Formats: sequence, structure tokens, C-alpha cells
Amino acid sequence: MMPADTRGYGSGLYDAPEGLNETTRNIIQVWRDEEEYAFVKKQCMHCVDPACVSACMLQALQKNEKTGVVTWAEDRCVGCRYCQVACPFGVPQFEFASLNPKIVKCEFCEHRFAEGKGPACVEVCPREAVIFGQRDDLLNVARRRLLDHPDNYEGKIYGEHDLGGTQVLYLSPVPFANLGFRFESEEAVPQAQQTVQEAVYRGFIAPVALYAALGVVMIRNRRAAAQEPEDDDPVRDRKGRKNRRER
Amino acid sequence: MKHESRAVGGRIMTVPFTILLAFGLIGLFLIGLRFVLGLGATTNLSAGYPWGLWIAFDVVTGTALACGGYAMALMVYVFNRGKYHPLIRPAILTSALGYSIAAISIAIDVGRPWELWKVPLMLWRWNVNSVLLEVAVCMMVYTMVLWLELAPAMLDSWRESSRPRLRQFAVKSTRFFDRALLWIIGLGILLPTMHQSSLGSLILLSGPRLHPLWNTSLLPAFFLLTALAMGYAMVVFESAFSHHVFGRKPDLQMLMSLQKAAAWGAAIFVAFRIFDVAARGAFTYALRPDRFAVMFWLESALFLSPLAFMFLRGAVPAMGSLVREAMIVAFAGALYRFDAFLLAFDPGPGWAYFPSVTETFVTVGLVSLEVAGYIALVKVFPILGGLPHPVTGPRRQKAIKTHPAPSPAH
Repeated sequence: MMPADTRGYGSGLYDAPEGLNETTRNIIQVWRDEEEYAFVKKQCMHCVDPACVSACMLQALQKNEKTGVVTWAEDRCVGCRYCQVACPFGVPQFEFASLNPKIVKCEFCEHRFAEGKGPACVEVCPREAVIFGQRDDLLNVARRRLLDHPDNYEGKIYGEHDLGGTQVLYLSPVPFANLGFRFESEEAVPQAQQTVQEAVYRGFIAPVALYAALGVVMIRNRRAAAQEPEDDDPVRDRKGRKNRRER
Repeated sequence: MKHESRAVGGRIMTVPFTILLAFGLIGLFLIGLRFVLGLGATTNLSAGYPWGLWIAFDVVTGTALACGGYAMALMVYVFNRGKYHPLIRPAILTSALGYSIAAISIAIDVGRPWELWKVPLMLWRWNVNSVLLEVAVCMMVYTMVLWLELAPAMLDSWRESSRPRLRQFAVKSTRFFDRALLWIIGLGILLPTMHQSSLGSLILLSGPRLHPLWNTSLLPAFFLLTALAMGYAMVVFESAFSHHVFGRKPDLQMLMSLQKAAAWGAAIFVAFRIFDVAARGAFTYALRPDRFAVMFWLESALFLSPLAFMFLRGAVPAMGSLVREAMIVAFAGALYRFDAFLLAFDPGPGWAYFPSVTETFVTVGLVSLEVAGYIALVKVFPILGGLPHPVTGPRRQKAIKTHPAPSPAH
């Protein structure tokens, strides 16, 4: 059986999925030009400060405090897809075809952790093209490799600082942009929004103060109006208001 | 203060009304289809464009077009311009309908609507960092506030009802509203201030994927400012509509002042925006020959043109030119919001979005129902002002007897 997410082209010819989709949490892509090529494995980056978690209304998406793994809980998700709007890597997938749609993303095989195992993709890789461990340890391994074989790599660990840092880290022989990593800014994605939100809503003081101020202003306005003679004639009524404003 | 509003009366099922209902029914049928077939089969939404027409138009743009109630409440109760009071009720009605349409659209758009009740109620699961949560809760409450703000219009009519139960209910409720309305109106100003600005913050989270001409920390301020300008513009448009359709003569002087506010608001927005783009060093993006620069300048030109028209035309414009200027402000605001949520949002190569037929006709149907609802409610309830003097006719005589409903600021 072909995997369910392969695309059919008419008469029984199939192709692999083009990228992550609602049945593909993990995919290996290749970039090539005339001289070089490089493979890249795409999955959830498990960001240090994940935009999807910041977006999620009811904490359906959560970052595990201990492991850092970003997971999704079905019973808290309304299917708003703000996580998809937020994720700069296009990771969370939504089952658009389903009437009970779920968010599909790599969860680092979290269910295997209890058995003392890491992600399955790491376990099956025969060449240690992907390795698994503590982020600090992985960074040390990466730095070592950059030092030992500077000619083999772009001089950078993608994910060390990019977009606030990710828990999936990459070394590459070709520029990261070629592999589809579009952003190399060091600011975490939720940063800009959270700065604004905190400035405006810190402690919810501003909205409460505004409400109180509105109340005071409106009560004063009402008192001022009550002191005016009640008048049915619209022409004189308007005149009366005009007078008051001139006072 | 005496309410200057009277029900329009007359037959509801007119030909235009029936046509609107027909479009509404098509929309409702397609909504049914969405729930039977799913979002994938009925929309062009994708992982690249998870939000489409229903969010960008019905919610983000539609609620801004429904800011007339907010804008007028600010004018009458905070800036204390009591003379605008006759324009409040129709503005509140349009807002209540517009926000209700947005609420329905959200329920259609989310993939798991049966979980929606948890958003306002499961406080212990709230992610207080989620701007969408703030917008959602705020909008839910505000939609209810709008209907409460409109309730006095219905109570005015029900106090005259021939059914004693309804009359009794209306008299009792009126006492409640006499005391509470001020605080309800306060919420009616606070909540849109919060969520209309937060609609801008909302798309800020798409961060590096949002085009630099739109991506700014001032998005919330810009969204709030344009919402107010659109609100005043829509009140002008509505008044002209009511004049044309129901023969209620608006006070041209008032509409001129409102349009003036809208035009200045729009122009101030452009000034701030260009300054902001320059300050962020993003101005080179506005000079590139691409669709982003084109839309940026088109938005700016549209926002500025009503002010230019205002200076070019005579001091006392024809109703027609006033309405045209108002519609330009509303359209410019709509375009700005659309662009911020769809055009300026770049999910990367390989993704494209154009609304499907179903998406389009659901929106068309909902807007048709909104207009139909407006027509029906102004015919039944005392909402529209602008009555010819002296008031004649049995129906209007009856309405005159309506109790003076003491309301705040009067």
C-alpha cells in the first residue's frame, strides 16, 4: 500500500508528498543544483519560545516544561488554526478533509519516552544523520563538528539562535535558505506581539482604568444634561445645547 | 429625553427583501454543506492559508464596518454630543447585526465548533498570552452588549404592546435598563477599543511572514484608528441608505461632521503609517515594482482621497458626494485589513488562496441576511430617527405616546 498521503496523478502513477501534510509529520527533502546536493529532514522544530503555543487559546498546544516537546491535546482545540498562522516553519497541519479535524505535528514520539526510548526517526537512522539528546549536548556536538570539519559545513548551527532558538538543530553543507529555512532573525516569533500586549494589558490595569474613566465621564455628562431644561422643541433643544457648550 | 425614533412600519416581505432572503437561504444551504462535507471540500483553505475570506472579511473587516455603534457611542456619551443621539440606534443595530454575522462566521470557520463553548467558560485553561483568546472573549461579550444596547428600542415598542405579559416585562426591564444602561454603554466602548486594536496584534504573530509594509508594532493602533474612521463612514452610509429606502431625512450637517471625522481619521492614519514605515527603514519596500508596493500606495491614496474631496467640494455637499466619500473610507479600511491578513501574509512558495464559490456565497448570504435583518427590525421597532415634522398618521401618533425613556447623558 502506498502511504495515504501520496498524490495520485490520474492513472495509477504516484508521487511522494511534497512536504509536511496532515498525514506526514516528518519528511526528508533534497535540494540540488548542478554541483551540490543536500538532504534535509523537516518536522516540528520544538521552538524554545513556540509561536503556536503562544497563539493557542485553551493551551491545546503546550510545551512540556521538562522535555521541551510541543504537544497537542484534542479536547482543548477548537480548530481555529491560529497555530498555523503563527508557525514560521509551517509545521502544524490541520485535517481539512475530516469532520473531526485534528492538528497533526511531530511530537517527538513522546509516547516512547516512558519506555526510555527517543524518537523513532533517530532510532531507525543507520548513519546517525539525525541524533537525539539534550539541547546543550547537541550544541556541543555541533560545535565540535564545525571546528573539526569547517569545510564540510556552513559556519552556523541553524536553530541555536534563529527565531529565538529551536530544539531541533541543523548543520548543513549548503546555505540554509536553500533547504527552505527562510528566516534567520534571532527574535522569537511571539516577541513583537507579546511586547505590545504586555505594554497595553499588563495586570489588566489599562482596561479597568479606561472603564472607570468612561464611567466618570458619562456620569458627568448625564448630570450636566439633567440640569438643562427638558425641551421638546428640537430647534430650541439644539440651541440649548449650543449655549452649554459655549459656557 | 424623548426618543426621536419611530418604527418605519409597512410590509416586511417586499421584493428586495425576498431577494435578500433568497441569497440568505443559499448561504445557509452552503453552511449546511460545510458541516456535512467538511472544510476541505467546501473551502480553498490550506495549511499555507489557514484563514481565508470568512476570517479576513466576515470577522476582521466585517466587525470594523460594524463599528458605527462604537463610534457613535463615543461621540454621544463620551464627547457629549447629544445632538447625534438620533443616529445611535441605527448604528447600534448595524453593529449588533455585523458582530452577530462575525460570530456565526467563526462558528463555521473553526474545525471543531463543538469545543467553542470552552473558550468563554474554561477559565482555568485560558492561555492569557493568546491574543485570539482576548479577541474571541471580547467579541462574544460585546455582541451581547450590542443587543442589550439595542434592547431599549424594543422595550419602547413592547411597552405599547397589546399583550399584557409583554407590556409588563417591558416596563420592568425598562427600569433595569434605566439604571444599568450607562454601564452597558461603558462596556460598549471599552470592549471594541480592546478587540479592534487586538485584531491588529493578532496578525502580528505571523511575524517574519508578514510583509514589512504591514508588519509593525503599531498594528493595534492602526486597526483601532481605521475601525473608528470606518465606523463613522458607515453611519453616514447607513443614514443615506435609510433616507433613500425609508424616506427618513438625515441632518446633513451632522453627516458632514461625521464624514469629516472619518476623513481626518483616515488621513491621520496614512500620515502615521508612512512615518512608521520610514522609521522602521522599510520605505524601500514601498518603492519596489511589486504588488505589495502597489497595494500600499492604493490603500494610502484611498484613505487620503476623502479628505482631498472634502477640501475640493463646496462647503455644503450633495448627499451623493458625502456618501461616496464615506464609502471610500469604508472600502479603504476593508482593503487595508484584507491586505494585512491575506496579501501581506506570505506562507512561502507553492501556496495560493482565492475564496471558493462556497466561501464566497456563504459570505454573500450572511451579508444579505444582515441587510434583511436591518430592514425588518427598523420596520418593527423604533430605531430610525429623521422624522418629517409635524408627525402625522395613526402609526406615528401611537409611537409618540411612547414613554420618555430616561437614558444617560440626557
